[in-house]
Amino acid sequence: MLTLRDLKKGEYATIEHITDSALRLKLMEMGCLPGETVKLVQLAPLGDPMAIEVQGYRLSLRLSEAGSIEIKRITKEPKIITPIS
Amino acid sequence: MKDHVNTNLKVAITGNPNCGKTSVFNALTGLNQQVGNYAGTTVDKKTGVLIYNKTQRAKIIDLPGTYSIYPKSKDEEIAIEAIINPESKDAPDIILVVCDASNLKRNLLFFTQVADLGMPVILVLTMLDIAEKKGLDINLILLSLNLGVKVVAVNPRNGRGIEKLKDTIFNTHRLTQNKLIDIYSLAPEMIAGEKKLHPAYSDYQCLLNLYKTKRDILEDILSQETIKRYDAINDVLLDSVTQKIIEKEQFSNKLDKILTHRIWGYAIFLFILFLIFESIFSFSKFPMLWIQDSFSWFGNYFAKHFPEGPLNNLMVNGVIAGLSGVIVFLPQIILLFAFIAILEDTGYMARVSFMMDKLMRKVGMNGKSVVPLISGVACAVPSIMATRNIENWKERIITIMVIPLMSCSARLPVYTLLISLIAPDKNIWGVINIQGLILMGMYLIGFFSAIAAAWVMKFIIRSKERNFFILELPTYKAPRLKNILLTLVEKSRTFIWEAGKVIVAVSIVLWMAASFGPGKSFERIEEKYKSDFYIKNFSEKEISNAEKSEKLFASYAGHFGRFIEPAIKPLGFDWKIGIALFSSLAAREVFVGTMATIYNLGDDSNSMNIRQRMMDEIDPVTQKPKYTVAVAFSLMLFYAFALQCISTIATTWKETKTWKWATIQFLYTCTLAYLVSLVVYQAFR
Repeated sequence: MLTLRDLKKGEYATIEHITDSALRLKLMEMGCLPGETVKLVQLAPLGDPMAIEVQGYRLSLRLSEAGSIEIKRITKEPKIITPIS
Repeated sequence: MKDHVNTNLKVAITGNPNCGKTSVFNALTGLNQQVGNYAGTTVDKKTGVLIYNKTQRAKIIDLPGTYSIYPKSKDEEIAIEAIINPESKDAPDIILVVCDASNLKRNLLFFTQVADLGMPVILVLTMLDIAEKKGLDINLILLSLNLGVKVVAVNPRNGRGIEKLKDTIFNTHRLTQNKLIDIYSLAPEMIAGEKKLHPAYSDYQCLLNLYKTKRDILEDILSQETIKRYDAINDVLLDSVTQKIIEKEQFSNKLDKILTHRIWGYAIFLFILFLIFESIFSFSKFPMLWIQDSFSWFGNYFAKHFPEGPLNNLMVNGVIAGLSGVIVFLPQIILLFAFIAILEDTGYMARVSFMMDKLMRKVGMNGKSVVPLISGVACAVPSIMATRNIENWKERIITIMVIPLMSCSARLPVYTLLISLIAPDKNIWGVINIQGLILMGMYLIGFFSAIAAAWVMKFIIRSKERNFFILELPTYKAPRLKNILLTLVEKSRTFIWEAGKVIVAVSIVLWMAASFGPGKSFERIEEKYKSDFYIKNFSEKEISNAEKSEKLFASYAGHFGRFIEPAIKPLGFDWKIGIALFSSLAAREVFVGTMATIYNLGDDSNSMNIRQRMMDEIDPVTQKPKYTVAVAFSLMLFYAFALQCISTIATTWKETKTWKWATIQFLYTCTLAYLVSLVVYQAFR
């Protein structure tokens, strides 16, 4: 299964499921819900952590945390990552 | 007057981090703020008073910013408990939930949680200007209708909406919020069971109460709850918000491309650090001198104009000197906190954490440890206070524990004196000054030992708390002067009152140890120097210096120096250095002054003649100069590692709220200092 870790800079994906149950609630509270569209904005200069765009704001998470977010890649760029969907 | 106040409303103010909550709190209360503790705990509670009119005022509690009602740290737990537990002493009458309009969906999650507690709530919307730039058009009336609560839009920068918010606070009495999700159906049996125990609780209060003890069982239920809440929020937003597509990239995102660039990002960060240092060192130099001068003027004035005796001496050399030791740090504290507050307020600090996290994580710290750690080169006291924004307990403790290893500015006079004893003031290859090189070496030793100590502690300190780095990178904003000034007032006040109490108390003890001796030894010394022999053969100044020096030897501090001499002899130290080490506990730079007193030089001698006197000192056993390269390095390294600083110990105690960490910190740094000095002296003597 593809995870957020596998995404490349500038690519989009939708979140399918969060595997790490200890992180699930925290990530959901921060807006990373199943069905939500995310964009990988950039990796930190040292390669870890990453910055994603979700619900119209920027969130930073470590690669190990991103590895627990299963995703489906979107090939077509969405018009907007909406705060309302 | 208090009797005429017939309304004393209790209002809690809460919201996500970075939502502008502090600005709203400051706009409502101004300078009427104070920091206390939650009943029966040591967790800080920030409160303020809102004066509405002659008869109506409200007590406002500022809760820490949080993304959800389910606490992630112990401090959050206690603060949230205050609002969710209806039996709590701090239970509010009204809750203000501040929401960032440019990030409404996530902010509303917390709002709906708070609304379900079953207390009157008001939704305070901030940052509508940024939302507009994002193409969001929020219909406040529809939003208010959908949620069933009053919505007030404010802009604390220009004060817009604040008066309306005040009116709203004093005119909200009833529960009006709509039920967006059915809490009961999430866990019907558990909630019903809890209801029997607490009939007055709402369904959600029951669920939150269950969370305290049955966290593991509830995990799936809470995920369900979050999904349901977001579904409901989506419906609300679809109805009340319209979004235009804006092609133009936001300014904040453009700025991020430079500020987190793999080369420019670090270059800019280094430049900002350089700027911070330069200003801490150069701007604080004169205010610090003024403070010292005014205190010593005041001390002299006091000494002359009040009756002589031990009480006078206690006031001048104990209390006033101790106070001076506290206040003298204020310029550095204020400057460092001004910079940190600006970096926080603009959103830049989150980027620093983002860029540095990988490096710091390897040694058990966090991206947020960088600035406090490096600020340790100026002074450990404000740096330890600056670790508060590290949420993870273990990472914060490690950062606090290693900060004192960074060479602070108080070590500078000690290093300068000792280096001048052993190294010539010459350049090698024409450009590199040898003394400067050694000094830089001392700073590097400090830095690398801090990193190494952190790495070791990463394995020793146990923590059940999971460390994650899920961090919002907020949009860049211009710093708000009012917030920064109020932060400075609060930090300065905390430092002076909390750390100050301990510092003054210990200064008094140290003063007593140095000013009194066992039995009648002091009286005998005084008699001796009053004899004709001295008065005829020596000047008044010489007598006074010799008397002071002999009194110090006879004092409890002197006895202590001789008592520990066997222990410090393997490091190359004699009992005179022992006294200096002991008196340095008040502050390291006291070393220079104590050496002056020990060597009969009087308080007003400059470091040049102390240097000469120390160079002339002969070791009674070897008949060679006492201060060899080995002794000087051993002593410098002792100062580099040992936590001889009451202010730091007091601050660690205040920040960690237990003596445990302050004690461990003191003991481990002193042990390290002892071992390093021992090895160095034995290897090079």
